[in-house]
Amino acid sequence: MANMAQAVRMALHYGETYMGVTDIFGEDVGAPMGGVFTATQGLKTTWNTPLDERGIIGMATGIAMTGDRCVAEIQFCDYIFNTIDLLKIVGNTHWVTNGQVTLPMVVMTPVGAGIFGSIYHSHSFDAWATRLPGWKVVMPSNPLDAYGLMLSAIEDPNPVLFLEPKALLRVKGTELIPGEPADEKKLKMMIDAPLGDRTKWTPQWPKLEKYMIPIGEAKITREGSQATIVTYGRHVLVANQVADELLRQGVGIEVIDMRSLYPYDWQAIKKSIKKTGKVLFLNEDTEVTNFGEHLALRATSELFYELQAAPRVLAGKNLPGIGLHPNLEENSVPQKHHVMEEIQALVNEVP
Amino acid sequence: MGRTTVSGNKGHKKTAQRKLMVQSHSPKQNGNGGAKRLPSLALDTQLLRTIHKLMVTSRVLEERLIKIYKIGEAYFWIGGPGEEAFGVPLGLLVDKGQGVNHDWLHMHYRATPTLVAMGMPLIDSIRLMRNRATDVSTGGRNFSNHYCYPKWNVAPVSSPIEVQYSQCIGTAWAQRRRKAKGITIVTGGDAGTAEGDFATCLVWASRPKNELPLLMTVQNNKWGISTSYETQHGEKHTSDRGKAFGIKTSVINGNDPIESYLALQEAMQYVRDNTKPFLMEAMVSRLYGHSSASGTSFIATEDDCIKLFEEKLLRHGILKADQIKNLWTELHDECQVLSEKVKHEPPPSSDSVWDHVYANNENADWRKF
Repeated sequence: MANMAQAVRMALHYGETYMGVTDIFGEDVGAPMGGVFTATQGLKTTWNTPLDERGIIGMATGIAMTGDRCVAEIQFCDYIFNTIDLLKIVGNTHWVTNGQVTLPMVVMTPVGAGIFGSIYHSHSFDAWATRLPGWKVVMPSNPLDAYGLMLSAIEDPNPVLFLEPKALLRVKGTELIPGEPADEKKLKMMIDAPLGDRTKWTPQWPKLEKYMIPIGEAKITREGSQATIVTYGRHVLVANQVADELLRQGVGIEVIDMRSLYPYDWQAIKKSIKKTGKVLFLNEDTEVTNFGEHLALRATSELFYELQAAPRVLAGKNLPGIGLHPNLEENSVPQKHHVMEEIQALVNEVP
Repeated sequence: MGRTTVSGNKGHKKTAQRKLMVQSHSPKQNGNGGAKRLPSLALDTQLLRTIHKLMVTSRVLEERLIKIYKIGEAYFWIGGPGEEAFGVPLGLLVDKGQGVNHDWLHMHYRATPTLVAMGMPLIDSIRLMRNRATDVSTGGRNFSNHYCYPKWNVAPVSSPIEVQYSQCIGTAWAQRRRKAKGITIVTGGDAGTAEGDFATCLVWASRPKNELPLLMTVQNNKWGISTSYETQHGEKHTSDRGKAFGIKTSVINGNDPIESYLALQEAMQYVRDNTKPFLMEAMVSRLYGHSSASGTSFIATEDDCIKLFEEKLLRHGILKADQIKNLWTELHDECQVLSEKVKHEPPPSSDSVWDHVYANNENADWRKF
C-alpha cells in the first residue's frame, strides 16, 4: 500500500496530467529533492522557489488570479506564520470583490508533532486555519483520503488548505488508491526516486483513476454507542486504537474522522452525539481557543438536552512550543494513554 | 522637461536629457493619429490635451470624494490627488483587457488617475466611496480607491501595505510561462518598500533564467502617513535597490506627465521586449495628506502637477485659460450630479454579508452546515 507521501504525489500527478494543474512549487519541491517528505518527486510541473514563504503564497495568489491552477507548499506549517496576512487576503478576496475574483489554489503544508521535531517542526495549524474565513481546510488521516481530498482541493474553485499530518506521511494505508498496484514494492520501483544520481530517472506512473472525497464530508472509522470521539489527522489513528481496546472490554466508542475542518460535517457529528450522548473533541493544537472548543460549544448549545455529560476537549497543552525530548513532547500533545483516560472518564461519568 | 536618471543593469549610471523629439505614439484610446506635435513638448498636442483632461477629471473626482467625506456622508477617504501626472500616463499606456495577453495591474490605493485614464466611469468611484450596493468593485464592502476590475486585469486593491508586490509575481509568472503578450505592472508608495514584500518582488522577479515581465513602480511622495522618508530610509533612491538584482532602474519626475509618459512607454517596451523586470521610481506629491486620517487639507507647499502642466500648456498655446476654467467647472458639475445620484442608491443589504464567501455562493455559515 502507498504511504501518504506517495498518495499525495500520485494525486498531484493526476492533477497536473488531467486536471490542469500548471505549477507545483515551494522550497525544495522540484528536482532533485522532490520535497523534504518526497511528496513531489518526479512531477513534471514542480519547481523550486527562493526560501521565502511570503513569495510562495503571493505567487500562488497571482497564478490563481489568472485562472491557472497551482499547488504551493509551505515546507512546514511552522514557517507559514509570516504569511498570515496574505492568507487572510486570499480568504477575503472573493468576498471583498463581491464575487468577482475567485482564487482556485491549494496550499499544502505538513503539520503537528509526532516525529520529535522540536519547536519549529511540531506546530499545529488547524486552529489558525479555521480562523481564515474564505478558505476550505482539509486534513487526511490516511493515504486514500489524502488522494481523494487532494483531487477535491484541486478541483475546488476556492482556496484550500491541505494540512498533512507529518507523522503520517510515511504511514502506509490499508486501502488501495484506484489504479495503485497492489504490490507496494512495484509501486516504489515505479514512483520513488532512487538514492544518488536522479538526473536520468523518470517515474513510471500507474494508471490512476479519479477518486474524490467531497470536502465537508466526515467518515465514521469506528462505530459505537457509549461515547463519540471527533478528531482528525494523526489522532484518528490514536482514537481508533483506543476504541479497539475499549471494544475488547465491551465499551463501544464511535470515532469520527472529520477530514474537512471547514466546511465541517456537523450532521455526522450531531447524529453521533445524539446516539451516544457523550463526546470528546480531540486534536493536538494548543488548547486555548482551540477548534475543538468551537465544536464543543456548538454541541453544548444545540444538543444540551440530549447530552449525558459535558462535552470535553482534549488538545495540546497551552505551551509556547513542543520540547524536543520525548518526555517533553509526549507530555505536550495528547498521547494514547491521555485519550484513554479522558474517554474512560467520559464514559464513566454519571449525569 | 525634467531630467531622468537611467541606470543600466551593469551598474553604470548615466544622466540623460530625454530626447524632445519623440518616437511615434498611437495609443488606440486617444485617437490622435496625425495630430500636430510640438517638439518642445515631445508629445502631440491632442495627446497633451487628453492627458490634461484626464488629470483634471481625476483631481475633481478625488476632491468630490473628499467633500463627501467632509460632509459626513462617508466613513473614510484615501486616494491619489497629486499623482495624476504619473497615474494618467500609466493608464493610457497599459494594454487594457482580460487575460494574460493583456497587461495586469496590481495597484495600491492611489489608483484613481490610472483608472480614470483607462476609462472607468466616474460614478464607479463615487459608488465605492459611498459604499453603495451598486459599487462594482466591492459592493459596498471596502474603502475608496480599493478598485477591482477583472475585465481590465485590475487586481483587487487591498489595504495592507505592499502585499501587491508579493502577489504580482504570480500573474507575471503565468504570463512568462505562457509566453503571453501582456506584462504585469505593480505600483506602490515609498514607505511600503520597507516591507519584506518589496524584497520578495526583487528576488522573484530576477531569478536567473526565470526573469519576470514585470514593471515595478514606486510613487515616492516622501511620506508614510506622518513619517518622512528621510527619517527612515538610508538609501538615496528606492530604485537603487533594484541594481543589486541586475534590474534596470530609473528615477523620474512623476509630477511631469510628459516625462512620465515617455519613461513609462520606454520601460514598458523594455519589459515587453525582454521579458525582464524594470524598477521605476517616480517622485510625486501628496496633495491632500495620507487619507482622511490626516486631515484631507490641500497642502500648498507641495508641487501641484496639474497647475504646473497647465502653465506649460498655456505657455505653448495648447490650451486657453477659459478652456481650462470651463473644463474644471464642467467636471465639478458632473461629479456633483453623480454624487447626488449615488447618494440615493441602495446600500448593501445586511443579509448579504454571507454572499460570496465562497465561489458560487456555496454556504459558508457554519450554523447551516
